[in-house]
Amino acid sequence: MGLGGWMEVGRMDELGQMDSPVHRVHAQAKTVTTGLFIISVMSFSRYEVSALTPFFLYPLMLMSLGRIPPGYLFRKVLVAAPFAVAVGLFNPFFDQQPAVAIGTLAVSGGWLSFASILLRFALTVSAALALVACTGMHRLCAGLERMGLPRILAVQLLFLYRYLFVVGAEGSRMVRGVELRAALPRALRFRVYGSLVGNLLLRSMARADRIYRAMQARGFDGAIRVLRPARLRWADLAFVCGWAAFFAAARFWNLAVLFGGLLMKGAS
Amino acid sequence: MSHHVVEVRNLCFAYPDGTEALKGVSFRIAHGLAVALVGANGAGKSTLLQHLNGALMPTRGEVAVGGTVLTRETAAAVRRAVGMVFQDPDDQLFMPTVFEDVAFGPLNAGLPPDEVERRAAAALERVGMGHLRNRPPYKLSAGEKRSVAIATVLAMSPDVLVMDEPSSNLDPRGRRRLIGLLRSFEHTRIIATHDLELVVEVCSHVFVLDGGAIVAEGPTLTVLNDEALMLAHGLECPHILRHLHPHGPA
Repeated sequence: MGLGGWMEVGRMDELGQMDSPVHRVHAQAKTVTTGLFIISVMSFSRYEVSALTPFFLYPLMLMSLGRIPPGYLFRKVLVAAPFAVAVGLFNPFFDQQPAVAIGTLAVSGGWLSFASILLRFALTVSAALALVACTGMHRLCAGLERMGLPRILAVQLLFLYRYLFVVGAEGSRMVRGVELRAALPRALRFRVYGSLVGNLLLRSMARADRIYRAMQARGFDGAIRVLRPARLRWADLAFVCGWAAFFAAARFWNLAVLFGGLLMKGAS
Repeated sequence: MSHHVVEVRNLCFAYPDGTEALKGVSFRIAHGLAVALVGANGAGKSTLLQHLNGALMPTRGEVAVGGTVLTRETAAAVRRAVGMVFQDPDDQLFMPTVFEDVAFGPLNAGLPPDEVERRAAAALERVGMGHLRNRPPYKLSAGEKRSVAIATVLAMSPDVLVMDEPSSNLDPRGRRRLIGLLRSFEHTRIIATHDLELVVEVCSHVFVLDGGAIVAEGPTLTVLNDEALMLAHGLECPHILRHLHPHGPA
């Protein structure tokens, strides 16, 4: 596979290797905080939109302090977006009760819940991606294991991530091979894709097997080990507590409305 | 120094699809020797190598490293003694940075962090790649990858080095460096390769493999100079030998 493709898939690893204030926060602290974040975001009622907006502060903070290029993360979020759209797609059709009015325009409950789903999706996925980007998958999985995630699941997660690159690399190599020889009309190519996918599976399995053997040859026994695991510091606890307090506040009070109200009061 | 001895007795192996890849291979490699395993494609070289650290288990016969017969129970110990450098370095380098990759083996061996770091740094220096420690492995050149792959194995302080096609995909300078490196090792070395010129420079003994069996063995120059034998098994006499005095390369 070309270097370009590798750079893109390997970028996450590189980002995870950087040094920044959020990279230095303990992996477990960031995981717990992101977990709390996701729980808070998901616990809102299905029609909630405005109260969700303050939550963008968290992924934005991870990105800006962690020096993660927003464009890169945004593209990754877009990749998963069709799933969220598919989940919410029919809400506007089934739920046509007017729920709020913006000026003279009545917005139905369906559109509100659709917007809410998209917003939650954007929040949770960007936060999860930002977490990986400013922690590194290896450290993240090691942290999860130490937090009590069954070892087999932590290793599964790590391999899933690692082999994603492997399959991606094999896949793009094969596609290039096909394209180089595709003098055929385009319609014919679809028939090729069946065997292509089967071939990709077999190739990826063979390669995954070789990587596993290489790991085994160097004493891999199922435990994820990290050189000099970071120790939990007070700053990490403060990180968790501070954000937990913010999430709680944003969950119980609509900060967007409150803030808007304050602005209006100041203006009048 | 018997722990560096590699012994293979009547090794037979058939793949699950019934292909008989090895048909009764036997040899004994003494401590510190560099031995080449040559043979045409499909002769069984890679299959044989995979038996040396228990990645494959024999259908019949046995493999012993340093007197320990390889079984599922002893595989972990034998893997510590046998360092395996894979044909494709991309299979071997899977951590986010070069240093973490080299530290992977010692870390799994349960060594203390200081020792892990010392060993990883020393192994990288040994192959001349110390300056790459924080780079992601997939961004290195083929030659650098190969050197780092060798470092990942050296960091485990193996007694025996097993290499599959170490000079493949290397440019002439990278290959030259590799040859210098291989010659400088004191480990027992088992090298499967088509690069017969490299064999002349690095290995003192040669095994010729064909159809899953060893068809010839002996001192490098004797075996590789036997043109009839070489041609019969899909090989040829290395060019370098035509310019050398028959009693040895300079």
